[in-house]
Amino acid sequence: MSSQSAMSSQSARTSQHATTIGILGAGRVGTALARQALKAGYQVRIATRQPAAENALLVDIVTPGAVAVAVQSSQAAASDLVVLAIPLHKYRTLNPGELAGRIVIDAMNYWAPVDGVFDDFESDPRTSSEVVEEFLQGARVVKSLNHIGYHELEEDDKPAGMPTRRALALAGDDAQAKAVVESFIDRLGYDAVDAGFLAAGRSFEPATEIFTGSHTANQLRALIQKARPLAAAA
Amino acid sequence: MENTLQIGAYSFGDTQLNPDGSARSTAEAIKNLFDAIVHADKAGLDYFGIGEHHTISMPASSPGAIIAAAAAATTQIKLGSAASIIGTDDPVRVFQQFATADAISGGGRIEITAGRGSSVETFPLFGYELGDYDELYAQKLDLLLTLNASATENVTWSGTARPSIPQLDVVPRPVQGSLPIWIATGGSAPSSARAGRLGLPLAYAIIGGQPHRFAPLANLYRQSAKQAGHTGDNIKVSVATFGLVAPTKKEAVERMYPGWVNLNVEMGRLRGWPAPQRGSYLAQVDAPNAYFIGDPDDVAERIVDLHRHLGHMRHFLQGDHGGLPQEHLLESITLLATEVKPRVKRLLAAK
Repeated sequence: MSSQSAMSSQSARTSQHATTIGILGAGRVGTALARQALKAGYQVRIATRQPAAENALLVDIVTPGAVAVAVQSSQAAASDLVVLAIPLHKYRTLNPGELAGRIVIDAMNYWAPVDGVFDDFESDPRTSSEVVEEFLQGARVVKSLNHIGYHELEEDDKPAGMPTRRALALAGDDAQAKAVVESFIDRLGYDAVDAGFLAAGRSFEPATEIFTGSHTANQLRALIQKARPLAAAA
Repeated sequence: MENTLQIGAYSFGDTQLNPDGSARSTAEAIKNLFDAIVHADKAGLDYFGIGEHHTISMPASSPGAIIAAAAAATTQIKLGSAASIIGTDDPVRVFQQFATADAISGGGRIEITAGRGSSVETFPLFGYELGDYDELYAQKLDLLLTLNASATENVTWSGTARPSIPQLDVVPRPVQGSLPIWIATGGSAPSSARAGRLGLPLAYAIIGGQPHRFAPLANLYRQSAKQAGHTGDNIKVSVATFGLVAPTKKEAVERMYPGWVNLNVEMGRLRGWPAPQRGSYLAQVDAPNAYFIGDPDDVAERIVDLHRHLGHMRHFLQGDHGGLPQEHLLESITLLATEVKPRVKRLLAAK
C-alpha cells in the first residue's frame, strides 16, 4: 500500500472501512473475489438470479462463509461496498434504484475480441465504466479489480509493505468512495493506485499494458502517467 | 468417484508452419489430425476429442465430419467433440452427424460435448447476435437433449432459437438408443451447478491457474446432481488440459514452447496481449500448475494427483498448437497410450 493511502485510511478509519461486501454475480470473478474477501475478514453476500436454494448450495461449496442472497432482495446491494461481477453485456439487468448512493466497484470489462462487439460500448467513446455509471444514476462508481485474472486474484496477494507486492489501479469521481475501495484492495492483498477520475480508467481497460501485465505500485503509477500525462489524482 | 481414468488427447487442428513462419495449408492440418486419431487408436489411447474452431491456425471447423471419417478408420477409441459450439449450430444437424458417425463406428464410441465456445468467431460467421448468446445456448442444448432422449425417430420440439419441430422424423437414431452428451465449461460455478441439475456429465477445460482449485466446482456439480435426484453413471467429470509428453521432460518443454509462443502471439494480436515471455511459460510446466508437459512419469503422477482432488474419469491433453511438428504430436500420443496410461493405472491401483 502506498504511504499516502495508508495515512488516509488511518485518519478516518471508521468511515473509510467497509465491513460488508455485496457481490453481484457468482461466476469466476465473483466467486474468486468472494473467497479473497472472506480471507480478509469481510462479511460477504453473493447475489445471483438463480433460485435461492441453488444459489445457497453454490455459495456453501464454492465460497464457504459467504451468505447467498436473492438479487431481488436488494440485500447484496445494501452492503458497504458492492462489486459488479456480472458479464458486462448484462449491465442493464442491474437495478439503479437499489444502487443509488452506494459505493460500487465496476469489475467488468468491454473486451470485444473475447466477448464480442456490443453496441452500447462500441459506439460510445467513453470508457465502459462511465456508461455503466450513467445507467446507474447516483451510484458512486469506482472502476477497479478489472485488470487482474480471477485465479491470479487468489494467488498473487502479498502482505502490505513487501516491495514486490502487486498493485491494482482504481478510478472514480468520488474521493470518499475511492478511499473505501483503496482500503478494500489493500486488505485483499494488493497496493491500491489511484489513476484519477473515472474517465482515467481508460488506462487500465483491456488491451492496455496495465491490463495485460502485473505491476508493483511504482510501475503502475509510471504506466498511468505514461497513458495520461495530464491526469491528476482526483 | 471413479477409480479408473481414461487417457486421451484433443485438438483444434494445428496448421503447420513453413520455415519462414508462414502457414501451410489448412487441408494438410485436417489430414494430419485424421492421421493422429488413427495413430491414437492403434496405440491404444482411450479418447480423442475434436474442438470446433474456425481460424487458419486452428481449422477443425467440422468435428462431425472428421469424427465420421475416423469412426470408419478406427476400432476401439472413443471419439467426441471437444466441444461442439451448439449455440451457433443447428442441434438437429449436430445430432444427425454424430448419430451417423455412431452408426459407422458400430455404436457406443461416439460422444457429443456441447460448449459455448471460449471465443466468439462463430457468431459473425453464421449470422448470430452475440446478445442472444445465453438464450441460443439454453434452447439449443434443450433441443439436443430432446433429440437424444427421444424413444423414436419422431420428435416434437418448440422454441424461438430455431424453427419448431412438429412431429418430424430425425434420423438416424444412435445404435444404443442415445449418445453420451457432455457439457463443457471453463469452470464457472453456475455452469457446474447447471450441468449437475441437468444430470449430464461435465467436461472441464482447465487452461490456466492451478487445476486442483477446480475441486469445489466438481463437488458443487456432484451435489447439484444429487439434489436434483441424478445418480449413476452419467454423473462424471472429465478434464482437458494443455500438455505434451516426450521421452524426457526437457524435450517436452522445448517441443511445446515454439507453438505456445506462436499461439500467444496470435491471441495477443487479437486481444492486445504483450509479447509472450518464456518465464510465464516455464511457470506453468511444473506441478501444481496448468500445463501437463513432461516425461511419462511426470505427467502420469500429475494426472493421478489431480484425480485425488477432482475424481475425474478421463484426462485428455492438447499439445498441438502454433505449428507443433506432427511427429512430436504422434510421439506424444504414443507415449500417452503406452507409457502414461499404464502408469496411471498402477498409481491409481496403489492408492
